[in-house]
This record gives sequence, structure tokens and C-alpha cells, in this order.
Amino acid sequence: MSTAIRWFWFASPQTFLPLAGAIARWCALGAALLAAAGLYVGFFVAPTDAQQGEVYRIIFIHVPAAWMSMFLYLVMALWAAVGLAFNTRLSHMMARAIAPTGALFTFIALWTGSLWGKPTWGTYWVWDARLTSELILLFLYLGFMALQASIEDPRRSDRAGALLAIVGAVNVPIIYYSVQWWNTLHQGASVSLTRAPSMAAAMLTGMLLMALAFWLYSIAVTLVRVRCIILERQ
Amino acid sequence: MLDVARCIVYRDLLLALRRLSDVGTALLFFVVVASLFPLGVGAEPDLLRAIGPGVIWVAALLSSLLSLGRLFSADHGDGTLEQMLLGAAPLPVVAAAKGLAHWLVAGLPLVLIAPLLALQYDLAAGLYGVLALSLLLGTPVLSLLGAIGAALTLGLRGGGVLLALLVLPLYVPVLILGAGSVDMAAAGLAPDGQLLVLGALAVLAAVFAPWAIAAALRISLE
Repeated sequence: MSTAIRWFWFASPQTFLPLAGAIARWCALGAALLAAAGLYVGFFVAPTDAQQGEVYRIIFIHVPAAWMSMFLYLVMALWAAVGLAFNTRLSHMMARAIAPTGALFTFIALWTGSLWGKPTWGTYWVWDARLTSELILLFLYLGFMALQASIEDPRRSDRAGALLAIVGAVNVPIIYYSVQWWNTLHQGASVSLTRAPSMAAAMLTGMLLMALAFWLYSIAVTLVRVRCIILERQ
Repeated sequence: MLDVARCIVYRDLLLALRRLSDVGTALLFFVVVASLFPLGVGAEPDLLRAIGPGVIWVAALLSSLLSLGRLFSADHGDGTLEQMLLGAAPLPVVAAAKGLAHWLVAGLPLVLIAPLLALQYDLAAGLYGVLALSLLLGTPVLSLLGAIGAALTLGLRGGGVLLALLVLPLYVPVLILGAGSVDMAAAGLAPDGQLLVLGALAVLAAVFAPWAIAAALRISLE
């Protein structure tokens, strides 16, 4: 019983506000340190790739961004579902605060991907299954944000966005598999994103460091944004 | 419960019959959009045969989207929708009936007229059936998924464009499977796989979408 009360203690925006500030500060610091370490490993320690040369170094940004873009959508849908189920305002605020960061990482993943694609594949864009699903994911994020932005009543805006996020999350696997199937059906581009079988340990370290940095960055930015939303509404 | 559903479907069909021009507009839009493509990309028969299924499917998507705005707005305007919300009938049943009525008015005519467009694109005679069947299985999904978006954007400023932004990404699997089934048949392979998955999507949408539509209506009208 007492644990149940503790669980919901920070569900109140007022009590969450200072906690969010403290967590955000530490996460931002951690993100900066990890990103510095990750970039150092990525640029100076990791060896040059035998096949792709220096170009491959963009994966230190690209792959963590792509991970975060997909993961953040799930987290957003989870908060949305919690918000609809328990009717907690803070959960809706979290979902709302995550969306811009998710959209940003989706965009970064697409952008760095196309920069990498030009020298490697010879084209900025191919209708590869992963690229296409990432693009549709960006559309889902933008649709979520557009819906929330166009409803003025905060309660309706929160709940409408939450329902859309859940419907989207149910659709994401269907979209992913249908796009994959479509691509294999058409067999247009023969390039695939599957990487060379072995990856140097330093590359992996750099990538994981950057992924952790992106995690902490997402948490920090989301919490800062949540604080803004809380202050704006109360 | 079924009586309620039957009443709503009957009523919506009657309303559509009394204002046939609305139904006609969406259908005409479908035909016009599909007819514009040859003007844009050129009238090479080989090219048209290649893009035909996709173009007809995209036109069907847009046409279905066009008529979604009207799905709830008239009922919302005159208060009927609130009566439905307050009424004894379960809201998901009401939502399913509205979706079915929308499909009968906006989806079924597309299925029936699609072979005519297939003729324009010089598709092989054997593909007409596959195209019509894929539309028959796919358009109900469009109506049901679209109804979720229509319920969410009910009464919003600029709801039409927003609706397109919300719903079109969700239509992607239907488009891929629908156009893919015709391409498959055109390549001389059996389109059963795609059609079965389309059917599965239709069943899934029929089971789950009414609840989502009902929840969206409650959110929009509370």
C-alpha cells in the first residue's frame, strides 16, 4: 500500500517539477561528458573502415539517432497509454514533451543517413525498407504534434494526441513489415544497410557511448520541456 | 444492438441518397485524379500498365480521405452525435455502423468503377478482378482507420488538412498490399498472399477500430 502511494507521489506536477529539474541537470551533464567521450573515440580512436573509409564515422551519430527515434515513439505511446488509463496529467505532459525530441532524432537519422548514402551508395535517397519506414515514422511524429498543436483545450489535446500515438504504435510494426515486403517485392535498390560482419571494438564502444549520450540528452531535454509545460499550465 | 446499427446505416444511406452530389463528387474526384496521371507522365502503354495499379490505389486513398470530413461533421453540427453518445446503444456499435455506412457510400462505388479506370491504363483483363477484389478488401480499412482520424479532428480549424496528415501515413500498409497484389498478378504470380493479408487487416480494423473511434468521439465531445 505504501509503495503504491510512493509510486504516485511524483505523478503530481507540483512535486515533479523540482525533481525533473534536478534529473535534467545531471542528465545534461552526463550527456555532454558521454558525447565528448563518444566523439573522441569515434574520431580519434576508432580505426578507418576498410571498405568505406572515413565516411563510415557518421554512424556514431546516425545509428544512435535511429535507435532513439524508434524507441522514443514507443516511450511516447507508453506515456500516452498510461495517461489514458490512469488519467494522470503528468503522463500526457511527458508524451507531449517527448514528441519533438523523437521527431528531431528521426530527422537526424534521415539526414545523416542521406549524407552517408551519397558517397557510399551514390545517391542521397533510396526507397530502402528502413529508410521508408523511418520517413513514415517522421510523418507520424509530425501528425501527433500537429494534432496536439491544433487543439486549444489542453485536456482534449492531450487525450486526442494520446489516442493517436497508441493507434500509431499499433500500426508501426504493420507499416514496417509491409514496407519491407514491398521493397523485397520490387527489388529496386540492391544496397542494404546490413553492415560488415565484424565491427572493431572501438567502433562499438564509440557507438554505445554516443547512444548513452543520446539517451541522457533525450531525458534531459524532455524533462526541461515538461517543466515548461507544467509552468505554462499552472 | 444490431437494430441500432441497421438504423444508423439505413439513415446514413438515406441521407447520402438525398444528397447524391456529395457521393458523386468523391467518385468524380477518383476518376479525375486517375485520369490526370497519363497527362502528367505521358501515355506510353507500357508505362501506364506499370503505374496503373499504384495510381488507381492512390486515387482511391485520396478519394476516401476527401469524404471522411463529412463522416461526423453534419451529425456533430446538429447535435445528433451527442444524442448517439448519450443513447443506450454502445458507442462502438454506433461507430462501426457509421464506418460501414461511409464505406457503402464512399468505398463501394470506387470498387465498382475501378475496372473502368483499369481499362484506361490498359491493364490486362485478368487483372480487373484482382484490382476490384483488393479494393473491396482494402477500402473498408481506409474507412475505419479514417473514421478514427475524423473523430479526433472533429470541429477543429483546418481539420481537413490535419486529417490528411494524420491518416495518410496509417494508410501505407493498405496501399502497399493493395497495389502490390495487382502488380503480383500482373507479373503472373498468385496475388493470394497480399489479398489474404489485406483481408486480415480488414478483420483487425473491423474488430479494433470501432473502439478507437468511440474513444476518439468521447474525447472530442466531452
